[in-house]
Amino acid sequence: MTQLILFNVFNGLIVGAFYALMALGLSLIMNLSGVINFAHGGFLAVGAYLAYSLIPYIGFWGGLIVAPFLTAFIGLIVERVLIRRLYGRDPLYSLLLTFGLAFMFEDGTRFIWGAQSLPYQVPGWLLSPLSSELFFLTGYRLFMVLIVAIAVIGLFLILGRTRLGIRIRAGTLDLETVSVLGVNVRILRNLNFGLGIYLAGLAGVLAAGMLGLQPTIGSSLIMPSFVAIIVGGLGSLPGTLLGGLLIGVASGITTVFFPSATEAVMYVMMAAVLLVRPHGLLGEEGRF
Amino acid sequence: MNPIDYNKYTATVIVWLLLLTMPFWLPAIGGYSELGTRVVVLGLAAMSLNFLLGYTGVLSFGHAAYFGLGAYGVGLTIRYLVPSTGVGIVAGTLIGTIAGAIIGPMIVRLRGVYFAMVTIAFGQVFFFIAFRWHSVTGGDDGLTDWSRMPINLGFTTIDIQHDARAFYYLVLVVFAIAVGAMAWILRSPFGRTLIAIRENERRARFLGIPVDQHIWIAWTISCCFVSVAGALYALLNNFVDPRALYWTQSGDFVIMAVLGGMRSFWGPLLGAAIFVVLQDYLSSQTQNWMSFVGLFFVLVVLFFPRGVLGIIKRKVAS
Repeated sequence: MTQLILFNVFNGLIVGAFYALMALGLSLIMNLSGVINFAHGGFLAVGAYLAYSLIPYIGFWGGLIVAPFLTAFIGLIVERVLIRRLYGRDPLYSLLLTFGLAFMFEDGTRFIWGAQSLPYQVPGWLLSPLSSELFFLTGYRLFMVLIVAIAVIGLFLILGRTRLGIRIRAGTLDLETVSVLGVNVRILRNLNFGLGIYLAGLAGVLAAGMLGLQPTIGSSLIMPSFVAIIVGGLGSLPGTLLGGLLIGVASGITTVFFPSATEAVMYVMMAAVLLVRPHGLLGEEGRF
Repeated sequence: MNPIDYNKYTATVIVWLLLLTMPFWLPAIGGYSELGTRVVVLGLAAMSLNFLLGYTGVLSFGHAAYFGLGAYGVGLTIRYLVPSTGVGIVAGTLIGTIAGAIIGPMIVRLRGVYFAMVTIAFGQVFFFIAFRWHSVTGGDDGLTDWSRMPINLGFTTIDIQHDARAFYYLVLVVFAIAVGAMAWILRSPFGRTLIAIRENERRARFLGIPVDQHIWIAWTISCCFVSVAGALYALLNNFVDPRALYWTQSGDFVIMAVLGGMRSFWGPLLGAAIFVVLQDYLSSQTQNWMSFVGLFFVLVVLFFPRGVLGIIKRKVAS
């Protein structure tokens, strides 16, 4: 029993890490540009499928490094061509546009790679359990946690230490002033969008190995990411991270005791948080 | 009568004439009677959403939940409780309205994208309940083994079960009641207050209007009408499945409202007609109709943000 609970908590933690990676990207884009990117799940799927197609040529590690960057590049183009036109308009329009893009991504991946689930090659040595006692602790799971941790630390270092990151944070607070101070806001938003999509792509490459590779992989992860942002608090990146891990672990634990409520539990948590703290666990009052 | 009132009056007359005669001219231009019914039902859903979106200025992206609750309400009632179409519609509407009223207080303090995100996330709860509660709702396979029942008026019975045209007119009657109620509410002082909130929320608040409470009531009214539409939709198909509750369905409603014109009363109905016909055509032509629907979303946003009626109004005005 303890083992079963531990297994599901750990599982939930990993799934929560995916939610958090995705939600962090969504948060970045929403905070700076006021756009809810419904197509985020689509980008995640593109990242996963690109890695799938690249791995036979450049190996697993090559795919892990190259695919997220390619996804981010697609993101930069999409922002430049489509989303940029909608800044400053009613948020309704960017919502609808990314909604349409989400449809196109999902259908597009189905068209190119097929609707059936594809086998995803993970190096064999990563798959063996590390100890006979804790059978679920395979190398790949630990490895995923490690990569996500590195990505999150990297993101916070970028935001905290680099000039780009400082400008992104400043722009989140007051974009107009940042623009007046001589920062090219268009490029800033473009790069910020790319950074968010990079995280989606990375989440896709990792998630494909665990959840299986199919066209709906993105749309199954996007709603929990929304919940993660709401629970954690809009406008707060540490909150988003916390929210993602919390709902992941909560659904993991629920799987043990009441499996049919696995998905519903995170929405119950969201309702509870909204009742007690309408702006989320770490959100600031009055920002939205 | 000033010209604007005159235009409105003509538009209303034309819409009703077209709706009343639809079963007679629709087959002649290649449609079928079920398609006409679907336009009216989804049009009602889009108009209910527009009550919030266009008239209160609140961005709801989760209306599929209450649409689906109305649909499941009627299906479950007829299957398990009372085999009566009328009772079913009332039950479906009540379930959707009550769910909306309960969720309302948790969301009315939020605005803009945050409101959109929370409404769409809340909708997923009902999706997962319908999806997972297999023994009652039929899960992913949907709720089957029930159908709409003939309506017994005492002196006569209307066979809406087999006569598609009779069912269309039943839907139209319900539509007329709902739309009439909506128009009446919008014309009342309460409706005017909603428009004031849309135009300038801060000023409305300074005038002493309890804004959150107004939005909560408007939200509940909107949920009520959309669950009526959901109930009719289930009766139309004699079937409900969890996709009626899924978040992509909410997006369809929003695009219908935007496509027709959010700032006009009949706009969403026109948007629904265009969307339903287009989707019907695309899904019969290509497997990849989802891509085309997505592309359609993108094109509408980029080139027709004011909607069809918005463009016409502008032309008339200039």
